[in-house]
Amino acid sequence: MRHDHLIDEIEPRGFDRALLRRLLGYLAPYRGEVAFSILLLFGAALLQLVGPYLVKVGIDQYIAAGNLSGLDRVALLFIAAALAGFALRYAQTLLTYRIGQRAMMDLRLAVFDRIEAQSLAYFDRNPTGRLMTRVGSDVEVLQELFSSGAITVFGDLFTVIGVVAAMLAINVRLALVSFAVLPLLFGATILFRSRVRRSFRAIRQKVARMNSYLNEHLSGIAVVKLFWRERSAAARFESINDEHRQAFLGAVQAYAIFFPVVEFIGALAMALLLGYGGVQIIGGTLSFGSLVAFLEYVQRFYKPVQDLAEKFNILQSAMAAAERIFSVLDSVPEIRDPEAPAPAGRARGAVEFRDVSFSYKPGEEILRNISLAIAPGELVAIVGATGAGKSSIISLLGRLYDPQSGAVLLDGRDVREYTQRHLHRQMAVVLQDVFLFSGTVRGNIALGNPQITPEATEEAARRVGADSFIRRLPRGYETEVGERGALLSVGQKQLLSFARALAHDPPLLILDEATSSVDSESEMLIQQALAVLFAGRTSIVIAHRLSTIRGADRIVTLHKGRIRESGTHAELLHLNGIYAKLHRLQYS
Amino acid sequence: MADFAAYRTLKPSFTRQRRVLALGILTLLLTNLFTFVGPWVAKLAIDGLQARLTATTLLRYCSLIIGAALLQGLFRYWSRLQVIGVSREVEFDLRNLVFTRLLAQGPEFFQRHRIGDLMSRATSDIEAVRMVVGPGIMQLANTVFTFVIAIAMMLSLDPVLTLWSLLPMPAIALVMYLSAQLYHRRFLDVQVQQARLNSAAQENFSGIRVVKTYGLEEAQREVFLSANREYLARNMRLARALGFFHPLVAMIAGLGTLIVLWAGGRRIIAGGCTLGTLVAFMALFGLMTWPTIALGWVVSLFQRGSAAMGRINEILLAPVAVADPADPVAPAASSGGASLEFRRLTFTYPGRADAALRELSFAVAAGERVAIVGRTGSGKSTLLSLIPRLWPLADGCVFVDGVDVNRQRLERLRAGIGFVPQETFLFSDTIAANIALPEGEVDASTLAEVAAAGATAQFADDVAGFPDGWSTLVGERGITLSGGQKQRAAIARALLRRPRLLILDDALSSVDTETEERILDGVMRAHPERTVVFVSHRLSTMRRADRILVLEGGALVESGTHEALMAAGGSYRRLIDQQLLTEELEREDG
Repeated sequence: MRHDHLIDEIEPRGFDRALLRRLLGYLAPYRGEVAFSILLLFGAALLQLVGPYLVKVGIDQYIAAGNLSGLDRVALLFIAAALAGFALRYAQTLLTYRIGQRAMMDLRLAVFDRIEAQSLAYFDRNPTGRLMTRVGSDVEVLQELFSSGAITVFGDLFTVIGVVAAMLAINVRLALVSFAVLPLLFGATILFRSRVRRSFRAIRQKVARMNSYLNEHLSGIAVVKLFWRERSAAARFESINDEHRQAFLGAVQAYAIFFPVVEFIGALAMALLLGYGGVQIIGGTLSFGSLVAFLEYVQRFYKPVQDLAEKFNILQSAMAAAERIFSVLDSVPEIRDPEAPAPAGRARGAVEFRDVSFSYKPGEEILRNISLAIAPGELVAIVGATGAGKSSIISLLGRLYDPQSGAVLLDGRDVREYTQRHLHRQMAVVLQDVFLFSGTVRGNIALGNPQITPEATEEAARRVGADSFIRRLPRGYETEVGERGALLSVGQKQLLSFARALAHDPPLLILDEATSSVDSESEMLIQQALAVLFAGRTSIVIAHRLSTIRGADRIVTLHKGRIRESGTHAELLHLNGIYAKLHRLQYS
Repeated sequence: MADFAAYRTLKPSFTRQRRVLALGILTLLLTNLFTFVGPWVAKLAIDGLQARLTATTLLRYCSLIIGAALLQGLFRYWSRLQVIGVSREVEFDLRNLVFTRLLAQGPEFFQRHRIGDLMSRATSDIEAVRMVVGPGIMQLANTVFTFVIAIAMMLSLDPVLTLWSLLPMPAIALVMYLSAQLYHRRFLDVQVQQARLNSAAQENFSGIRVVKTYGLEEAQREVFLSANREYLARNMRLARALGFFHPLVAMIAGLGTLIVLWAGGRRIIAGGCTLGTLVAFMALFGLMTWPTIALGWVVSLFQRGSAAMGRINEILLAPVAVADPADPVAPAASSGGASLEFRRLTFTYPGRADAALRELSFAVAAGERVAIVGRTGSGKSTLLSLIPRLWPLADGCVFVDGVDVNRQRLERLRAGIGFVPQETFLFSDTIAANIALPEGEVDASTLAEVAAAGATAQFADDVAGFPDGWSTLVGERGITLSGGQKQRAAIARALLRRPRLLILDDALSSVDTETEERILDGVMRAHPERTVVFVSHRLSTMRRADRILVLEGGALVESGTHEALMAAGGSYRRLIDQQLLTEELEREDG
């Protein structure tokens, strides 16, 4: 957890080549498109140079000579170049966008798959909000880099190179004079960048601080209110907000200096051109058209240089996002499938715990030396006080965690020998807290399993007694359950989860019985449904209401991680131990 | 299009900043004026060169350009500092306002709005508004000034050529208008799909247990994949709009240069204007290109900004359910314990059909110790939470010190109450700061009080074992406290304020029985005058009460001393019997 937290605070290192290379690796599947896109950019950059050149030709050859038809030809060429430029830029934008979007879709799916493959322990450690940041906003930042930054950088480079080449081609000396201001431009950019980087580091810290203050005080709003801290919290927030503002004002200052300086350098270049070019015109070694073309080219030179500085910032935040994403991609799932899995067929349903010890945290054993064998078709109930380790038994059986010692066996084989997929298909787990997906009632029973037909879905619902309430819903089986099943009562959700389990007809049923109270009518429905559910399969029930399990083949009491008693209801009552006490507790 | 009415909530902030903003826009105008010196001088130079001008004049022109550029830079610097600075000030005010308004809201508001959602309103939505106030206004003013000045200069140079060269302008305006509509729609489509994509992932992660146990990995991936595909498709639709209109505007703007060259060239040949004029026109077009393109950007900024402002206004304009009364009544000052009375209180949580408390009437005298018992869901916590008025309630139902809580100032009411809730919330700060909840740093005298309250709460020994004692950090960046330690910190937090009424809502459930005894001895014996109302499951604790109230389904069913209620053999008796069994089970060795 500490480690994951640190990952949230990684400072972008600016240029990390290995990271950049790995990131660009996501473009590899589209290398043909990337090459074509760069080609299009090259063409667009070239076409940008045509305009000023045509201006020069127009002035020197036709306007000076009074050649009207020549001027018309230049105008037509100009239009052709503009149209071609438009077409190239349109095609290039679409292509670049598509590459970026596809690459990011690949990345998003890779992150999703990797998270999905993690054991449940991972989800306990990483709150959903944090995982969402990885899949959502971090990938979004990279998308910006790929859609607008990574490839268009080439466009800026081509433009700069093209402008330089065109100027040199028209007049070498005048070109060199215009380049005289370049060292100033680079110097200013470098100074600006280091200053802005410092500001941005401060800004990031202040933003993080402000967000965590905000988050914490909204989560802890009750404390703020109960201890009448509203005013002091507001004052504290104001001071944090003020630091945030000050940090930004630093960057505002940097930008407020940088932009005018660049503009000034541009004006300097213009003055130099005019002065030196003017002298050359007076000397008769330069044409008017060339001077005008130069004035245009110089203007085209500054935009891409400024853009390049801007893109460096995108790159920096993308690097930080990439590091966080790669840390997710590099986290190895703790629970992995065996290399040579055991043959998969429908299980008979024999379950055995062989001397199993388990803890979530070292030193805090939840289960101690548990040994328990359950025959196919048997109904076994596990009872015990809260925290006795009952739920851990389910988690181990589904291999959501691995035990520290001992083994859990299904049909005589260690569960670690099966693929997780096969293992999970053998069992239906009905949890206390019924999780419903957004979608229809039908979809929540069949869960997208193509083998469960609409008829089978309804049959399952009928057999657990859910059919009648489902039909009373506004759109029957096609009713949307709403966010987390807000539309349904606790009892209804429970019945729905029974129908879900029955429809999947697994050899093994595991029921973590609900503690939440339901009305007596639902209670009766649930009891009837359970009898249907238990029939013909191995069933393990974690029981809270002892009424459910009176008819169990065997009842096992778990106390502080150990099995203490085992027998039928009558036998355990006779024993007058923990079960008897629990029983009295409920029926006194 | 942009909804300007939404910005009315910013008015006070703008009023405060209006001088700076006016100055910023004025300097922006000056900046733009000096920007036009360059093209003007270039014209003079080119015309002069044709008429054989001297090198000195040329030099003068060059220094004129540099001088103007210096002034332009200076004014640009000032104007940016002022306009962008104003936007940061407005952002600052707005964020403070949002936070203050959020603090005023009660639990029902936070049930309706997830914290993540509120956070994004307080961060990215405010940023979107700031983009309008700062760069948006600046760019808009810049575009307007550039256009006005450039067109004025053109007209003075050559009215005919001006008319020619402004031909593409209506086309640009039309394209702008059409594209703004299209962007807006497609941008919204993308955002909607992005939300769907995120909720697909979110649902999968939060339902991961079901996903894994039913082997739904493939199916879930398919759901996520198809959401991704749709997201891609919508992004591409947006890209088609962006990719079409941006180059189109750039192309049309470029055609301006062509028209200048073509029409201007013809006029030069016909003797209607000079080459210098043509060069100046070209330079002017160069200056107008970027502001033209930026106009589209400004439009989208304003659209995004007003949507964001609307979301922020939902916070700013949300009614506050629990607020100070217009004419507060202060109860008579007393140094002893507080008295408490409930009169026929029926309470229903907002949005629920069933009442959580029904027709509840009882009084607690100053200095009395009252225990409230009942099963889970019987209304114990609800009852306690109404004393400091955490939820809105009807007038004339709950009285503290003889005055209706609805008529007391909230801060005064709550200042007299030390409330220890079931669940302890700790800030990621030092232990001392969590107990003292100070305005700033914990000073020495506060630290002494913290230590005293911590000692009474039986927390001092634990803290002595921590690396930095009372200054040890807890939470995300520090150590993790156990449930019992958290509860004792919460008790110390309540005690530090020397409350006249102490409310313990099952506040010692994670503390062992002996420690609980010691804490209660310290809390009750040391301050016999203090009124204490508590919920507990432990028999030993209940016995300390002068009176026990038994709740069932939100109604008061029994009331009396422990002995009397045991003798009566009713609900209380049954509860105690069960409690004894549970405690017996707990003592059973593992």
